[in-house]
Amino acid sequence: MENFPQLVPLVVFAPLIGLLINLILGRWLGERGVGLVAIGAALTAFGVAVLEWIALANTGYAPSVVEIGILRDWLRIPAAAVDIAWQFRVDTLSVTMMLVVSGIGSLIHIYATGYMHGDKMYPRFFVYLNLFLVFMMLLVTGNNFLVMFVGWEGVGLCSYLLISFWWDKTQKDAKYGTVGWKNSLAGRKAMIVNRIGDFGLLLGIFLVFWTFGTLDFYKPGEVPIAAAHGAAHAGEGEAHAEGEAVVDTHAAETPAEGEALQAQPLSAAMGVFNQAETFLAEGREVNFGPFSLPIQTVLTLITLFFLLGVTGKSAQIPLFVWLPDAMAGPTPVSALIHAATMVTAGVYLIVRSNVFFHAAPFSSAVVTLVGTFTALVGGFIALGQWDIKKVLAYSTVSQLGFMVAAAGLGAYGAAMFHLVTHAFFKALLFLGSGVVIHAMEHGHHHVAHAHAEHGHEEGHHEEEAFDPQDMRNMGGLRHTMPRTYRAYLIGTLALAGIFPFAGFWSKDEILADALNAGFLGGKLEGYIAFGLLFVAALFTAFYMGRQLWMVFFGEPRTEAAKYTGERDFGYPVMVRVLEVLAVGSILIGLINIPSGFWIFDPVLPTHAFTDFLAHTVVYAHAGSAQMLLAFIAVGAGIAMLLLARFIYGRHPVVDGDKDPLEVREQTAGIFAYSNARMYWDETYYRFLEGPFNRAALWLADKLDGTFLHDFVHETLLRDAYNGATRVLTDPVDLGLIDGAVNGVGRLVRWVAGGIRRLQTGYVRVYALSVLFGALLIMVLLLAPLLRQMLGM
Amino acid sequence: MIQIGNLVTIPLLTAIVFLPLLGAIVVMLLPRQNKAAIRYTALGFAVVEFLLSLQLFLTYNYAEGGFQFVEQTEWFALLGSSWHLGVDGISTVMILLTGLLVPLGVLISFEIDRQPRLFMALFLFLEMGMMGVFASLDLMIFFVFWEIGLVPMYFLINLWGGDNRLYASVKFFLYTMAGSLGLLLSIQLIGLTAGTMDMVQLFQFWPGFEGSGGTFLGISVATVKDLAFLAFFLAFAIKVPVWPFHTWLPDAHTEAPTAGSMLLAGVLLKLGAYGFLRLVIPLFPAQAAAFAPVIAFLAMMGIVLGAFAAYGQDDFKRLVAYSSVNHMGFVVLGIAVAAWVYGITYTGGAAPWLALDPGTVALADKQSAIIATNGAVLQMFNHGLSSAGMFLLVGALYHKTHTRDLRKLGGLWVLAPIYGGILIFTSMSSLGLPGLNGFVGEFLVVRGAWPVFTVATLISMLGLLFTGAYILKGLQKTLHGKPSQEWVDYDRKHHRLEISLREVIAMLPLMILMLVTGVLPNWILPMINDTVTRLFGGS
Repeated sequence: MENFPQLVPLVVFAPLIGLLINLILGRWLGERGVGLVAIGAALTAFGVAVLEWIALANTGYAPSVVEIGILRDWLRIPAAAVDIAWQFRVDTLSVTMMLVVSGIGSLIHIYATGYMHGDKMYPRFFVYLNLFLVFMMLLVTGNNFLVMFVGWEGVGLCSYLLISFWWDKTQKDAKYGTVGWKNSLAGRKAMIVNRIGDFGLLLGIFLVFWTFGTLDFYKPGEVPIAAAHGAAHAGEGEAHAEGEAVVDTHAAETPAEGEALQAQPLSAAMGVFNQAETFLAEGREVNFGPFSLPIQTVLTLITLFFLLGVTGKSAQIPLFVWLPDAMAGPTPVSALIHAATMVTAGVYLIVRSNVFFHAAPFSSAVVTLVGTFTALVGGFIALGQWDIKKVLAYSTVSQLGFMVAAAGLGAYGAAMFHLVTHAFFKALLFLGSGVVIHAMEHGHHHVAHAHAEHGHEEGHHEEEAFDPQDMRNMGGLRHTMPRTYRAYLIGTLALAGIFPFAGFWSKDEILADALNAGFLGGKLEGYIAFGLLFVAALFTAFYMGRQLWMVFFGEPRTEAAKYTGERDFGYPVMVRVLEVLAVGSILIGLINIPSGFWIFDPVLPTHAFTDFLAHTVVYAHAGSAQMLLAFIAVGAGIAMLLLARFIYGRHPVVDGDKDPLEVREQTAGIFAYSNARMYWDETYYRFLEGPFNRAALWLADKLDGTFLHDFVHETLLRDAYNGATRVLTDPVDLGLIDGAVNGVGRLVRWVAGGIRRLQTGYVRVYALSVLFGALLIMVLLLAPLLRQMLGM
Repeated sequence: MIQIGNLVTIPLLTAIVFLPLLGAIVVMLLPRQNKAAIRYTALGFAVVEFLLSLQLFLTYNYAEGGFQFVEQTEWFALLGSSWHLGVDGISTVMILLTGLLVPLGVLISFEIDRQPRLFMALFLFLEMGMMGVFASLDLMIFFVFWEIGLVPMYFLINLWGGDNRLYASVKFFLYTMAGSLGLLLSIQLIGLTAGTMDMVQLFQFWPGFEGSGGTFLGISVATVKDLAFLAFFLAFAIKVPVWPFHTWLPDAHTEAPTAGSMLLAGVLLKLGAYGFLRLVIPLFPAQAAAFAPVIAFLAMMGIVLGAFAAYGQDDFKRLVAYSSVNHMGFVVLGIAVAAWVYGITYTGGAAPWLALDPGTVALADKQSAIIATNGAVLQMFNHGLSSAGMFLLVGALYHKTHTRDLRKLGGLWVLAPIYGGILIFTSMSSLGLPGLNGFVGEFLVVRGAWPVFTVATLISMLGLLFTGAYILKGLQKTLHGKPSQEWVDYDRKHHRLEISLREVIAMLPLMILMLVTGVLPNWILPMINDTVTRLFGGS
């Protein structure tokens, strides 16, 4: 069992092998073969993750660093103390992420075999999915920031490829009619917006490298300093005292460190986090050549740069705009990448760097506010969307805001807990919406066929303006798709935070932590976070209720909705996956129940998950139950669900109709604002994208073309040169012609003409003369050599 | 050593330099009509040449360092010049790159139907010029080969280029010629002042040379140095090209035939960067250090404006051409750091205009310079791979569609799925995706330049963002979208748009190296690193 960690490279290599098999043999394996290979790869990764978990549990949660001999060195420049290695890290945090990614990932792979059935690019889809797993696993298992960054960028690439997966699909566009490039644009937008974030992350990484001389989280065999003391921190106050205690132990362990510190950072001995703790305890300044900064300032800068990365990858304000567009990808992709796993990478980054963030209260406050406002904005926009996936997308933005806000408040355990539960119920909701969309498409086809049989021969070929994702076209699906409905209902309740579903436990812990941070910690951002997150939670319940009633209740509002079903080929496997996720969405919350909660406390272990994490995340702390808050939150959530029923249950909205909120004068403006997505995209287009395009064009056309090329080159250089030659020839010519007039005669005129001919062809003649000159030199070059070789 | 029987022993470097010439001559002797024989003979010579360069790479002992495989024969003693060849880690890497790209260029040029004999001969002749530059340790020889590289390229563009080839070839020729004119003059100046053209001797002697009476022909040696430095700088800056001396590049790259563009971007641009590292920094440390901030500024401009200009293009090949300005900017940035730290170390801060405390060259600065220079050389190699790959792919597409206009292309991934996959892979290498080769070089450069030229580096990193924008634009406009009916018909009736097997074979070595260098750059990094570390006085 001690050797189990050695298996961890398999979580990367299993999907890698899977994708290689499908890449090379995909077109001959057939759908079943391709699916089996891909699922097998994902399940192998999951199996390894489970083994790692068992190993951790049985070895006292000691972290380990794994490397593969021949694949160890990545960037290694001994003279400059650069040694960045391909190392895998097994600790409670990485194992948690591994379990979530491979577990949810495997389920989504299975689901996708049904969803993608019949797609002409079936093998390619699974190649991409496995590639995604490869990079995601690198992201969560890397032992240094740069390996993590490889995964970070790699999942971005997969996201790009998968968003624009249906790159030849034509769609309606308000401005251009039917177009075929909207998916491609969405993919491009995701990648570019993410690269803005990556720019920030990379800056942070450079600063880390500069400050600590290494990028490793912890060196092999090293344990987090604070964790060496055994206890997870219970509160903010304690942490400080422990930090000081740490220094003594460290000094005791390595007494001769003092001098070595000056010349060379501790990079050989310690990873960045323990170095940071040591630096902090010593109050060290970091030398930047001309100036130096205290370590706290440096950590604040690092964490702010990291935050920029987080806003990109985890879709926070101001960079969240790519995520809703990313819904252009196939629904399994939306579930796996844009809800459950990849977008949580930012939360993982903050939690992984909790030592940095803990030491940078300013950054943490900024993180909290960014997360809080994102939660609010995302929730608000979700209120006014028609597209079933867009609602879920903005909901994801909002929920990610919850996680980021929690991480900013120092509630790292709560953030990770919400990450885990959210992975279950949001994957469930997305996959459920995928089944609904699929069924709507089938229903539409069915209707179209029926039309064709009734004599409308051409009817089938006309692309009708039918949007299978528009909730106004649905209704009453609970009768035609009962199993999907039940699973979806559980997902909705979990997301809305209704007791006892998973979302209740995690969301409540975040709210309680926010309140505590304000009330007990005296942090202003705690109060702000609590207030706004509570409102965001109300939004959540409302838009989910709205969706539930629009999709599943009432009467079918289109012909297509009438002919939906869940029994054709492909559906059984999809619905089965939904049910598994539904069970997960009910139970997963029980891994981390707060202490003192009603009858659960005596029966189940309390805050087990936080304790598990605390072996790695030194500043994770367990929350305690706020019974009153829980009651209020659940009550409010149920009230919002009922309010949604009150509004949307009574007024079924058909395509073309106005939303009930739009009809009422008091709410019409608010709804329009939400429906227009608060004009974020338009604002960005006007102030960023447009100017960028114009600047690029200007620089290409004007600076490089008109100025450098036309003016400097053509006018200044070429014309001046030509002018000079003309001046040199013409007077000579003229002089000779004058001479001819004076009686020298035709001969001279002929010579002059010859000169002119020579002059006009100057370049080619010049080139040839250089060539001959070069050849001549060659011969000269060769002469001594030949002499030497022949021994003369 | 290459042993032919018992009679003739040819030193390895001489063999590497002259084998392509022999190849060119043999190709020219073949009958004009027998195109297959011409093609395969040229390929054969190029492959043998590659094997020689591989042998050089494998047998160069980097742990020992210094110039190896040195050969020196008396030549023009009167000029102070001798036939002096030798390689260190940097030139070995460059020779390997050249040796690798030429066979691929020959392979892709099988499609050339008009006068293939002359084409192949010129192509091999060009290879000799490049190999000679990388192998020479004598200024005169360096210059001779430098010029030899110029002439065949002129004809390659002029005879086999695109529609605007006459203009582009003349422009290319004049710009490079303008640079080399100054180069020639300053080489003469150095040779006459110092009495030798031997680089190894000059490295020791020239930077501290004050002149016997302090003057030469009435000019002070300091002035001679300044002038020579400026001439060197200009010659190499045009070749790299450093912004704003790049205006010849988009024309030349765009109009050149595919193989020509591959070598132009893959190797010829590196000649300039190599010149900086081999000559400018060691010979003119004080001047280079004084100029380093300017170089860094120009590098930054190249990175940012190159990316912007690339984004503004509608011609796919022009877009890729501008990407070279963008990517070579990182090489130049690394060189600027090297020049700065090397110069300060060398002068010990003594030069008055530097006004620096000698003690300020901290260990950390040296380490940064080592990292940056490693990155610059690695980036040279990486850009060689990715730009050659990109030009190959653009050429492969143009060969079939006869258009490079991004507004007309689109949706081709449906018709050419394998081509699409390869194009995305290569583009990602060019974009600097971690895990592929582009990233490691850029990472090292930026890490090294970060503490030295912080602002320039910061803005250059924004350039990385813009790089993403133009790469994705290229991908989107060629591959994505629904193909127009015209292309579908074209694909069916005229010419399959899918990449051909020959092109895949030419791409494969590049793609493998992109991945391997990205994941395990250690197959090549120690070679570079040992030389670079020695340059900065480490061991």
